[in-house]
Amino acid sequence: MSQEQIELITVDTLLDKVRAKREQGHRLVQMSATRLPDQVELTYSFDLNSRLTNLRLSLPAVETRLPSISSIYDCAILYENEIHDLFNVKVDGLTVDFHGNFYKTAIKFPFGSTKVACASSATTPVSGTASCATAPAANPGATK
Amino acid sequence: MGYFEMSKLALKWALTKPPTTRYPFEPRKALAGSRGQLVFTKDNCVYCNICAKKCPTGALLVNRAQKKWAIDRLRCITCGYCVEVCPKKSLEMTTSHGSPAVTRDREFH
Amino acid sequence: MPRTVIPFGPQHPVLPEPIHLDLVVEDEKVIEARPSIGFIHRGLEKLAETKDYVEFVYVAERICGICSFIHGQTYCQAIETIMNVQVPPRALYLRTVWGELSRIHSHLLWLGLMADGMGFESLFMHSWRVREKVLNIIEATTGGRVIFGSCKIGGVRRDINAETIKTILKDLDGIEQDLRDITRVFLNDRSVKARLCGIGVLSKQEAWDLGCVGPMLRASGVAQDMRQQGYAAFKDIPVEPITRTEGDSYARCAVRCEELFQSVQIIRQAFAKIPDGEIAVKVTGNPTGETITRTEQPRGEVVYHLKANGTKNLQRFRVRTPTFANLPAMLKVLPGCDLADVPMIVLTIDPCISCTER
Repeated sequence: MSQEQIELITVDTLLDKVRAKREQGHRLVQMSATRLPDQVELTYSFDLNSRLTNLRLSLPAVETRLPSISSIYDCAILYENEIHDLFNVKVDGLTVDFHGNFYKTAIKFPFGSTKVACASSATTPVSGTASCATAPAANPGATK
Repeated sequence: MGYFEMSKLALKWALTKPPTTRYPFEPRKALAGSRGQLVFTKDNCVYCNICAKKCPTGALLVNRAQKKWAIDRLRCITCGYCVEVCPKKSLEMTTSHGSPAVTRDREFH
Repeated sequence: MPRTVIPFGPQHPVLPEPIHLDLVVEDEKVIEARPSIGFIHRGLEKLAETKDYVEFVYVAERICGICSFIHGQTYCQAIETIMNVQVPPRALYLRTVWGELSRIHSHLLWLGLMADGMGFESLFMHSWRVREKVLNIIEATTGGRVIFGSCKIGGVRRDINAETIKTILKDLDGIEQDLRDITRVFLNDRSVKARLCGIGVLSKQEAWDLGCVGPMLRASGVAQDMRQQGYAAFKDIPVEPITRTEGDSYARCAVRCEELFQSVQIIRQAFAKIPDGEIAVKVTGNPTGETITRTEQPRGEVVYHLKANGTKNLQRFRVRTPTFANLPAMLKVLPGCDLADVPMIVLTIDPCISCTER
């Protein structure tokens, strides 16, 4: 990575760092997760004056929890719901939570470890969560 | 704010020949560089299996012992990668699209 | 006043692809829009684990049927950055030309859908008539109408000879005249303006905060265009972002109309400057490293995050497509609009759902 700058951070400092980015006027470009053998690596990309800066944090592979930045950047809801649905990362404090119905995947959590895949759907008692593929609508909670 | 901005265009095209062709009666002309259909010529082929290995969709099947080359037309995405890698130039991409494939059967040559 | 929930989509006349919105309406006013997407999640990101990085360019091209070439180009650029491949200049120019041709055909497709959405059938037909001319150029030079298949890691597969360049330039003159005819209707006609002006207004600050990209962002007055970063041949061809300040549906339409002419100019400049030489270099070995590559698609900025660990399969292939970034803004502008304007607002973000879900 030549032009991109990656800043390594921890989960505790995530919200402060993101808030600082917001105050500096950055645009949230993307959030992406990578499944590594023993951890999940998250990359937050920001843009200011066409310059890309990134924040990176690593999470443990099992019982993964992540604080939501959707109260700082509204648009993060889509990224965070996606990361939850594909990587089985529980995101705390989402402003709009799809409860695992964002993507209708044949296999639950395709990028997540299969062992914890079944347990997580029990914690969110929303109708249709169990059979994700047949859920008619996302039925997210009230916005804000 | 303009009124009847479309009328000039509509009038012009009402007086000219339609840009469409009457398709089934008047077949579409193949363009020079079009990737239409993959054609196999038996003469040069040494059944080296490179095309089948490189095919991104696995549409080709080569059997060296029986000297058979097979293609599943519904899988073929006419990308032309096999034509590029063929060492004996026995594969060719024609500009015409040929008749549509309707079954999943492999076409043996 | 009682509230009613009206389902919009996944099948709807203005939607070429499935997206579902639950519209909470009070009388005729939309109060809230609840989205639900994910009907066509194909798991293309997961496919990177089984397809090797060379043939994955075919998968990248098939993420979207309309901006397919730029997807392939961005993927190749990302791999070339990781592997430090120097692409021959002629290949860079050819990529630029095809990228701009695909921008013209995508914008014309959108203008057609837009006219169709508001019931202006003849304008829709004319937009697509012109688009067909562009598609013919594309098919004659690359072999495919929408899936170009002409980009590969290390360069391009096909060259355009001097003879063909001449014919393309001649065709472009005709296309530009046609574009002038139809964009005049889009920008001036009273019935079009009545449907678009003041609908779905997004302020400059909102657009930035909600992470909008592309024409959506530029229509709200932010001058950002990834082509300014100088990828491919854009280091020699300067691009000035086209902006509008109104931020309504009409501004988004106007930005796209003007970008058509900008793209025609870029193609002309590229053909005037195109150097001779090789069109591809041989690439060997496997990639190791990571990159985030951004390019400008017809719908806006696309982000490729690639991570490779020295094997022939990529460790992570992640695409953030422009529609994904524009969806929050669409949900933001829907509340408060009339029910009849919902199709227009949904269309003005140029939704590409199969892109979004990959």
